[in-house]
Amino acid sequence: MTMNGNTPTAVDARAVSFSVEAKTLLDGVDVRAGRGHFVGLIGPNGAGKSTLLRTLSGILRHQEGAVSLEGRDLESLPARDVAAILALVPQLAPYTQGFTAFELVLMGRYPHLGRFQVESQTDDRIAREAMRLTETEDFGPRTLETLSGGERQRVFLARALAQQPRILLLDEPTSNLDILHQLTILGLVRRLVDGGLTAIAAIHDLNLAARYCDHLVVLSEGRVVTEGSPEEVLQPETIEAAFGVRSAVYREPVTGALAISLIEPAEEPVAATNGNGVTSAAGR
Amino acid sequence: MQAARLATLRGYRQMGISARLAIGAVVLLALVLVVGLVSLSLGPVDISLRHVAWIILSGVGFETPEFGRTEQLVIEQIRLPRIIVGASVGAALGVAGATMQGLFRNPMADPGIIGVSAGGALGAVVAIAAGLSALFFLALPLFAFAGAIAAAFLVYGIAVVGGHFSMATLLLAGVAVNAFLGAIVSAIIIFLPDNELLREVLFWLAGGLDARAWEHVRIATPLIAGSTALLMLLSRDLNLLMLGDDEARSMGVRVGVTRVVLLAVSALATGAAVAVSGTIAFVGLVTPHVLRLALGPDNRVLIPMSALGGAVFVMVADTVARLVIEPAEMRVGILTAFVGAPFFIALLIKNKRQVYSL
Repeated sequence: MTMNGNTPTAVDARAVSFSVEAKTLLDGVDVRAGRGHFVGLIGPNGAGKSTLLRTLSGILRHQEGAVSLEGRDLESLPARDVAAILALVPQLAPYTQGFTAFELVLMGRYPHLGRFQVESQTDDRIAREAMRLTETEDFGPRTLETLSGGERQRVFLARALAQQPRILLLDEPTSNLDILHQLTILGLVRRLVDGGLTAIAAIHDLNLAARYCDHLVVLSEGRVVTEGSPEEVLQPETIEAAFGVRSAVYREPVTGALAISLIEPAEEPVAATNGNGVTSAAGR
Repeated sequence: MQAARLATLRGYRQMGISARLAIGAVVLLALVLVVGLVSLSLGPVDISLRHVAWIILSGVGFETPEFGRTEQLVIEQIRLPRIIVGASVGAALGVAGATMQGLFRNPMADPGIIGVSAGGALGAVVAIAAGLSALFFLALPLFAFAGAIAAAFLVYGIAVVGGHFSMATLLLAGVAVNAFLGAIVSAIIIFLPDNELLREVLFWLAGGLDARAWEHVRIATPLIAGSTALLMLLSRDLNLLMLGDDEARSMGVRVGVTRVVLLAVSALATGAAVAVSGTIAFVGLVTPHVLRLALGPDNRVLIPMSALGGAVFVMVADTVARLVIEPAEMRVGILTAFVGAPFFIALLIKNKRQVYSL
């Protein structure tokens, strides 16, 4: 999908570099996401997907390059203003300290409340709606510790939605989800994107990435290897270069979506050091 | 019975924040008033509750029946300031404990354990040992404030060495600093030149509220009220900090500044408490802990309720301390530890799962 001139660029990162203790995690990365687009970040473990998402959300301060959100420089924006337009769903839900699911989702309203304000009926309603969309409303009174990993992940998505962001960043949103919820959650994000939300998600599952994203960015060792539409990017040669996995790409006859069959590691040693979900899926 | 209680508490947690605050405040404020009135009437001079009420009402300008001069003096000059100091100290320790437990994401944190109280105590002991407190009255409280805040920032400084902040380092550094400051206090005690000073230091270290007067109220109470108000304003940010630095930052909290302010303000409240009462153990640990089990972890409720709960805890402990070995007095710090420690252990055993998932 191309970004023409009159689509405002929601996220525009140019030549972003980030290193920690002499280890370069991002090396001159360019990523752009136009309003109402769903951009997928794919790449092997350690490629820099999470680091990139954390940089775009302002959690990490990049050393070089520039990030702008809706045309405004991320570094000049107060954290509160960023939180009012951008939400991040973390990959690993943090310790939740005994808060209930509803209390946690309601925290999504904090960036919109003044120092002396408390949540109004409207905030309550927004939080409940976010829980309805993510099918987490039954968890409301339960503490997060009593929920499964996938249930917690959906609660954190509900909190991000309660933030009413215009930009949604998701770090492996489906990593703990059962197959039903992989489809419902990515379907939900897709519907929100069609309604004008901008989403950038790190996704391990290439089939899901192909099916739901408009644009894919392949990262490897902190650099953008290639990017483009799923059809352009998901070629057996690209997949082998980025992941070290031989694959076949075809049109799935039932859904009509692009489908990737992972065949085998291209070379045994590469696969051995590359023990992520993709290679183990190839083994089954 | 147990089920009914749990259902009530669960219902409480589903109420809006304003309702939770209002209900908690009404219940705990009523408790503060009842305990306060009972405490005012008890002591070597027995004063009936009716007379206590008259004395207080006439004190604020109401017409009341006659009561004895002695009774009035005992209430106005001895018991009332002492009870207000006790309530303030309890409130300070309660909010400081609640804040630190949130800040450190650890239910074991409290001003006593991370060395802030020990810093205050060292400051006070230095003031006594050097003879400064005998020279002018404000020396001891000033040294206690300085000690508490210096200890807090020493611990924080250790945790941020190298530019990378670590919460675990903060807690461990606190434990180490606590031990170190305790050793300095012990060394000072051993080298004290005369027994009079030694007695004064030891007496003060045990933590007590005897002979607390209006000047102590003036030193501590406004500071503690101000710190509590400030911590309440920051309690929403503290909720997010409890979930981790990244979480807090991505939700718009300025993590570094907020953490320093929370630590400084809770150290100030602790310093104010230590300055007028010595080190009173376990109030800062137990109070927020018990309230969190009942009311949930939301600091917007927990911090003000810990202030009131801590006040009740110290007022009750002080009343018992005054009466238990009449005509002599038990030190309130000994009593809070004596009752607080077994109570806390019982609670740990009973709620093992919740405590660890906290």
